[in-house]
Amino acid sequence: MEGDVVQMGAYIGAGLACTGMGGAAVGVGHVVGNFLSGALRNPSAAGGQTATMFIGIAFSEALGIFSFLVALLLMFAV
Amino acid sequence: MATEAANGAEHAEEGGLVFHPMDQFIVKPLFGDGPVGMFTITNVTLWMALTILCIFALLVLGSSSRSLVPGRIQSIAELAYGFIRKMVEDVAGKDALPYFPYIMTLFMFIVFSNFLGLLPGSFTTTSHIGVTAVLAMAVFLTVTILGFVKHGAGFLSLFWISAAPLPLRPILALIEVISYFVRPVSHSIRLAGNMMAGHAVIKVFAAFAPMILISAGIGLVVTPLSIVAITAIYALEMLVAFIQAYVFTILTCVYLKDALHPHH
Amino acid sequence: MASETHETVSACVDNTGGAVGMPQLCPDWMGNQIFWLVVTLIVIFFILSRLALPRIAAVLAERQGTITNDLAAAEDLKAKASEAEEAYNKALADARAEAQNIIAATKADIKAELDEATAKADAEIAAKAAEGEKKISEIRASAMESVKDVAEATAKELVAVLGIKADDKTISNAVQTRVKG
Repeated sequence: MEGDVVQMGAYIGAGLACTGMGGAAVGVGHVVGNFLSGALRNPSAAGGQTATMFIGIAFSEALGIFSFLVALLLMFAV
Repeated sequence: MATEAANGAEHAEEGGLVFHPMDQFIVKPLFGDGPVGMFTITNVTLWMALTILCIFALLVLGSSSRSLVPGRIQSIAELAYGFIRKMVEDVAGKDALPYFPYIMTLFMFIVFSNFLGLLPGSFTTTSHIGVTAVLAMAVFLTVTILGFVKHGAGFLSLFWISAAPLPLRPILALIEVISYFVRPVSHSIRLAGNMMAGHAVIKVFAAFAPMILISAGIGLVVTPLSIVAITAIYALEMLVAFIQAYVFTILTCVYLKDALHPHH
Repeated sequence: MASETHETVSACVDNTGGAVGMPQLCPDWMGNQIFWLVVTLIVIFFILSRLALPRIAAVLAERQGTITNDLAAAEDLKAKASEAEEAYNKALADARAEAQNIIAATKADIKAELDEATAKADAEIAAKAAEGEKKISEIRASAMESVKDVAEATAKELVAVLGIKADDKTISNAVQTRVKG
């Protein structure tokens, strides 16, 4: 019975950790949206900044992946 | 998704659906059922060997004709070459070109592992944190050692931001040091996590697909939906497979630039 | 994927062959993955740095060289073509000028010849006219003479017929003055 409570907590925690992925989604959307609005204002400078955009996406997306990883750890490793 | 996956963890056969989202990542010996030792030939070996074969076929056999007007495969090989070379030049600078083969190796390995992992029933080597951690640590160690060899103690000026006001500098230095040491962690987990997440999600949807065999009423809705979802996620994974390889490579270039030019 | 039954060979696989926990975190498999990864990376690195990259770089350089050469050759040919055009134009202009000269010379020749011929003809005409004039005046003079003779003779006869004696000299003088008058 005691173990079940621990497991329940782990699963609830996993579900809560998954909300962090929403934040990553917002972050990635923000990066790309701002890049797009900047690119439409000055299309000639957009090409050189694509790499920067991808780096930004990678950084903000990594945090979402971390929360996903926490969820997986809670479910499978705890 | 969390609850379904949790069911899978206990192999609970609730409603007849079987969820094994993590079973695709199991390492097992190719020959026999013995324990997996360090030198055992496993499915890791198989898929890494296939990666080597694909790279060999693309870059060596593809360009074997050395024709002035390239064929299809040679065009792809030249495209990959030009793509990575330009990235190294643009991001890390001209003096990073001696490290181009190293970066090309990383990129080709990751991109082919990712795409081979998308074949149904295959094993994705890059979804294992052990693999990506080695890749990331290799980059981290290379960059750190290179920085100290090239600049000596001057490499530490990377952490001492002279543009900031003096009282802030120690705090910034602390933050910079922490972020420097977090780099290999985020570098490796980003790649492995992306690969693992996509494959696990596909597997979860795949587990929903045979619903029609259990209950015709619910299955009529769930089965087509899950098949459409698998297709959509698969398409997304094709994109992710390339973008993650690209991101890993470009971050390697960024770190390399820090080692070659530590003064901001 | 792992539905067949296994013996329990690892702490990370349960007795139905399913994964226990996350396979990514299983310590039993790390060594194997890392070993094969290092082998793979070294193999790929040698394939790339020894075979693939120099070859592709050579092909790209060769193509770049060919393109540059071809462009240079094209530039050369273009220069040659424009040179040839210039020479052609020059030759054309020369030929035109020469033709112009020849025409002018010929015109001058013809004019000179024509002038000469005209002058000669004029002179001839003038000479002939003078000769004609002379002949006419001769004829006129001889005609006058004849008229005088005829008048003298006629006057002598008339005088003789009328019966008047007159010498030839007087008659001749009288006729002379009459004819002249």
